Amino acid sequence: MRRQRISILASRAWWSVSVLALAGVLVVLFGIFWFVAVRGIPALRPALFTTVTSGVAGGLENAIAGTLLLVCAGLVLVTLVGIGTAIWIVEYAPPRAQDVSRFLIDVLAGVPSIVVGYFLYVVLVEGLGWGFSLVAGAFALTIVMLPYVVRSSDLALSGVPQALREGAFALGARRATVLFGVAIPWAIPGMLTGLLVATGIGLGETAPLIYTAGWSNFMPSLAPAHSPVGYLTYVVWTFISQPFPQAHALAYAAAALLMIFIFLTNLVSRSAVEYWSARSRRG
Amino acid sequence: MDNLTQRARIQPILGVGTGIAAFVSAAIVFLILIFLLVFAWPAIRFNGSGILTGVIWNIGNQYGSATVTHNGVTAQAGASFGGLVFVFGTIATSALAMVMAVPLSFLVAVALVYRVPRKLRPLANTLVELMAGVPSVVYGLWGIVVLVPWVGNRLGPFAQAHLSWVPLVRGETGSGNGLLAAGIVLALMVLPIMVATLRDVILAQPPTIFEASMALGSTTWQAVTRAVFPSVRKGFLAAVLVALGRALGETMAVLMVCGAAINQFPSNIFQAVNTIAAVIVSQLDSALTDASGMAQRSLAELALLLFLITLVVNVVARLTLRGADRSAQ
Repeated sequence: MRRQRISILASRAWWSVSVLALAGVLVVLFGIFWFVAVRGIPALRPALFTTVTSGVAGGLENAIAGTLLLVCAGLVLVTLVGIGTAIWIVEYAPPRAQDVSRFLIDVLAGVPSIVVGYFLYVVLVEGLGWGFSLVAGAFALTIVMLPYVVRSSDLALSGVPQALREGAFALGARRATVLFGVAIPWAIPGMLTGLLVATGIGLGETAPLIYTAGWSNFMPSLAPAHSPVGYLTYVVWTFISQPFPQAHALAYAAAALLMIFIFLTNLVSRSAVEYWSARSRRG
Repeated sequence: MDNLTQRARIQPILGVGTGIAAFVSAAIVFLILIFLLVFAWPAIRFNGSGILTGVIWNIGNQYGSATVTHNGVTAQAGASFGGLVFVFGTIATSALAMVMAVPLSFLVAVALVYRVPRKLRPLANTLVELMAGVPSVVYGLWGIVVLVPWVGNRLGPFAQAHLSWVPLVRGETGSGNGLLAAGIVLALMVLPIMVATLRDVILAQPPTIFEASMALGSTTWQAVTRAVFPSVRKGFLAAVLVALGRALGETMAVLMVCGAAINQFPSNIFQAVNTIAAVIVSQLDSALTDASGMAQRSLAELALLLFLITLVVNVVARLTLRGADRSAQ
């Protein structure tokens, strides 16, 4: 009886510890959100969006434009390569090649982003002499985002019911028709979610961009090479260690903007999934 | 019908096009390996085993024309590229983070599954996702402004006053930038990976495991730790390894709070450290000034080393997961 009572007490104690742990993590998480909001949102002056950085003061127009440009360019590339890869894995690859490519994509997901950045620095920035540039930065983001896009598209396409495909084939449809008419429409919510998750990751990346995109005080030119591009995460990282209040304000503002962009991406991906799944239920 | 024939016409292009995309994606890992190896090769010859055993990182005297040649490779006089401090820091920060994050993630995940009301579960899941989505520079910013001063001004003096009998804690506590701050930030960053996985694998188990254990007279906590957890151990282990891989390669947040130690080891958990990933960022500017280019190549050697370390961790994680899938079937 005594032993039993001890185990019941121990059980209650451990459950309290576990709920406390959850509460503690939530407190820290909200603490971080609160910290960014309280310091960042007051720093979001309208002028930030219309003036470029000068030294460690000025605005963030160049960094906002650069971040959006890099992420958009990366998204275009990763959509082509990532969804193409997933289509090949699901529709065309022999089983052995399927295993190998899934394994290699998983390994790529584990490569630290700084290693990706240094690799592209060696190959593109130095090797091909492109210098810090939009293309090098976009390639870096593409490689970092690729595994997420491939994995989600792969899962989405693999989840298309076999009966649907067979039905389409039975009606005399060819492979490409089945793919574009049946499989991809079915898989679009999953693919879209993957792309939005990748967007969130791309927005928040720093390490792979430092030595590929570089940094620039000016609005990004659309030149693919020899023209460095500024981006928001760089501002957060470097300006907070400057001894000037204006620099700190810019760092906080950039952090708040990043968090807002990432929240929005998250929101859009959730509503998109709900919209698409409601639509597919209606048929 | 026209539409259909058009679609049929792109069929062969589609196979080839997606095949090329897949080949490119699969080849990236090898390209990274090959290009880093080729670029770092002179440094690998020059440094020999020194990259793993040497403590001093010095790009050499850049003002004279004096050079030093080793194994047929030339660098500036006085150059020494020892990476032990960074290898140690990488392992130490990640180990400290895992020591904190693994038990914490278990507690948080079981609280999420068994103690959070079903209605609040979507909200809790969103929060876990958002936590994973916070950019590493934002964790770093919070680290610099909130965590480091707290460690330096509160925790450090407290530990000095009351915990000086504990090894690894006693001694100078410094500004707060260091091993402990880096470990805490890393722990927060890898926590959501482990929580989300453990939550998912527990929810994927049939509830009968929990119920059977309860029927045998165990308490709810015993049912979770002795019946449910053993059935999901492998999945959790794989998540722990993926999280470890992430921690080993994390750059910005660590760089911002680690204190960027060069040429010295910390003597307790409060002192400055440096990791391979952080040193690649913080040293490249100075490496670019190296006339012989050897510093840049030595950084590539460090990047290669980090790549190999994380590769091993991730492959083991994959294999564990495969084992977990098989035993679940």
